[in-house]
Amino acid sequence: MAALDNLFAAMSPLNFLLALAGVVAGTVIGSLPGLTATMAVAVLVPITFSMEPASALILMGAIYTGAIYGGAYSAILLNTPGTPSAIATTFDGYPMAKRGDGDLAVTLACIASVSGGLVGATFLLLLAPPLASVALAFGPVEYFWLAVFGLSLIAALSEGNLIKALIGGCLGLLLSAIGVAEVSADIRLTFGSQVLIGGIETVSALIGLYCVPVLIDLVATPDKHLKVTTQSKGIRLREALAISWRGKFNLIRSSVVGTLVGILPGAGGSIAGLVAYSEARRTSKNQEQFGKGAPEGVQATESANNATVGGGFIPTLVLGIPGTPPDAVILGALLVQGVKVGPNLFTSESSIVYTFIWGLFLATILMLPVGLIIGRYAYRSIIAIPKALLVPTVAFMTLIGTYSIRNSTSDVVIMVILGVIGWVLGRFGFSASPIVLGLILGSIAEQGFVQAWTIGSATENIAGMFFGRPISLAIIAMIVISLFGPSLVRLIRGDRSNQSMTGDIGKNP
Amino acid sequence: MKTNLTKLLTSAAAATLALGLGMATAQADDFPSKSISYIIPFGPGGESDISARHQQPFFKKLFGQDLVISYKPGGGGAVGWSQLNSMGKDGYTMMGINLPHIIIKPRQKDVGFKTDDIDGFHIFHYTPDAIVVTEDSEFKTLKDFIDFAKANPGKLTLSGSGKGTANHLAKVTFDKLAGIKSTYVAFKGTGASVQALLGKQVKAQWGYTSVGAKHAGKVRMLAVAMEERHPSFPDVPTFKELGFDIVSGAYRGIAVPKGTPADVKQKLSDTISKINADADFRKKMEADGFALIDVTADKYADFIAEKTKGYVEAAKSAGVLK
Repeated sequence: MAALDNLFAAMSPLNFLLALAGVVAGTVIGSLPGLTATMAVAVLVPITFSMEPASALILMGAIYTGAIYGGAYSAILLNTPGTPSAIATTFDGYPMAKRGDGDLAVTLACIASVSGGLVGATFLLLLAPPLASVALAFGPVEYFWLAVFGLSLIAALSEGNLIKALIGGCLGLLLSAIGVAEVSADIRLTFGSQVLIGGIETVSALIGLYCVPVLIDLVATPDKHLKVTTQSKGIRLREALAISWRGKFNLIRSSVVGTLVGILPGAGGSIAGLVAYSEARRTSKNQEQFGKGAPEGVQATESANNATVGGGFIPTLVLGIPGTPPDAVILGALLVQGVKVGPNLFTSESSIVYTFIWGLFLATILMLPVGLIIGRYAYRSIIAIPKALLVPTVAFMTLIGTYSIRNSTSDVVIMVILGVIGWVLGRFGFSASPIVLGLILGSIAEQGFVQAWTIGSATENIAGMFFGRPISLAIIAMIVISLFGPSLVRLIRGDRSNQSMTGDIGKNP
Repeated sequence: MKTNLTKLLTSAAAATLALGLGMATAQADDFPSKSISYIIPFGPGGESDISARHQQPFFKKLFGQDLVISYKPGGGGAVGWSQLNSMGKDGYTMMGINLPHIIIKPRQKDVGFKTDDIDGFHIFHYTPDAIVVTEDSEFKTLKDFIDFAKANPGKLTLSGSGKGTANHLAKVTFDKLAGIKSTYVAFKGTGASVQALLGKQVKAQWGYTSVGAKHAGKVRMLAVAMEERHPSFPDVPTFKELGFDIVSGAYRGIAVPKGTPADVKQKLSDTISKINADADFRKKMEADGFALIDVTADKYADFIAEKTKGYVEAAKSAGVLK
């Protein structure tokens, strides 16, 4: 089999070193809020001109996958998702860190990321050409419903605070409308200000809404940042492995969800993480622990977001349509190198693509030791640094990170203002996640709606456009389940949640 | 510490000397003596980035200095262009410019710059507009396409990248010339618009020759908006041959902050011309579907004036401009 021959090519000392260096650099970059996988890959492009295409791909793939995992550190230890993919990691990761289990959470995230990465790469290896058709089956209306599904998860994930979550979501939707509208070219809600023309950049909003309130609270309260248990437990690998083994169905399901969402260009890791998280919660036997530090929550998001790496390469390499922003950069680099992507890449130039896929496996496996070591160091330094030093250091990083995303001072101003707004809203019981999800999903929903409406009215079949397509109907069914499922189940079952067992997994309520 | 002081003194002395000799000439003679920053006002991975990446190694090869590419995306390029004139005016900073963006955007609203604020000097290529269909499409020729549109007014859906863009304005112009009514569906970028075409969400696409190059085998172009046929697609007719006077596309060039010395600007313009003339560069760009042109510094103003007329008229009938 041709694919196996290339396994040895991928294992050449040079490729091994590139994969290792890529994972290390990626993990460090991803852990710093504001430094994104896209940027890390873009910086590398000129270096890759002088390399063999397969080696260049391995280096860029390794840095990409490392950066997606690295985002978990700041999510867990600082409550700040470094990338949108890690939003749902904060739900349980930060509570775990707060109660002194930050080391365990980081190790769990590492194992989950490796599992997710391996599942995504396996799909890429075995099923890329057929799976690419999934990307094409998704039209504007499916993206619209998918975004609505994501928005419905806001409601489902915020028991008790439903009204506040919905208000937060609406605020996010409003924020997403600021700036130049993607599909109509209108300039909206800028109030004549140059600062707002670029719109609200997602990562700077993440930094503002999540990280700034943490910093303000650190200054405002005398408590230590994270609780530290008396004896140092190291990386707690044995414990984490045991938990991971118990959660193996969760890991596999979340990884498959991540791969499938990753195949859809533009949908992104934030939706993948959310869907996997809500599925993990729905099927878990200790649902009430979710949001308060459930390890399953961290496992679900982190496996799903690393699975989007392999998933995203499927439309990129088969169709030439980038699955994610870093994929767009990688695709550009390949074009400059003269590599033509497309189905032929898997047949006529299979040595490049299979060497790369094996390299991606290699990088993912290397992420285990690399991630554990860097994770331990990151955790130690966050708990060891005195607050008086931690706060200014992190504050400085948020400014630099926000600036570097688009080399824009406007983004820094917006970040700080959003941070203060986020802190004030937090005092009144509003959380950051619905706002950010509204911001991210708002533009996907708007574009899908406008496009579907335009096509629907051109073909004089608007109702059929929105409610007559099988994939749309399936997503609508999922929206209904996520909105009304929990209350229905409670109604039917009474309070028997304690008795439900793992047999529930995969079954719809 | 001591070396720093020495360095400082040396450079101070050098600066004084340079002033004495007349700074501009001294600059132009040994220009470029360090790396040049090349800012793309869009995100990485787009066609503006890819064409800059194509130039990068040739710049190094021909001039020995690095071309350092960075990105300042936002507002469809407006964020970058509104800041251009506040940047360094020594020739070591330049920014990519795109048509029709720099013409349409400032006429929509106050976006922090006017078309005339941009000191452009070399438009080095364009990606010609093209009508693209899938390989198995019922439209074999442009005539099939027009016949369908005439029989089914408004029902012919076409995807394209954004509104007020090259794709959109080409659609408006062509509909008028051909006397048809089609429906344009704007997507976020060419990638998403191709995705809609390949997924058969729309019947055809207002795309670029680069789409035909990148997705060869899966798509077919019915006509391209060029003066002559594209060297990579000798079988695809131009709109002109078929009787529609459209030569258009997304033009890309470079600008410097206003106030950059004229001779330095000329030297940069010559540099880009030399890269454009490189056989290897031409081959690579043409294989990707780009079409090379040389609108050099002296011809820039006339070119913009001519293009503005057509773009503004199309944008007005499209409702993008009032």
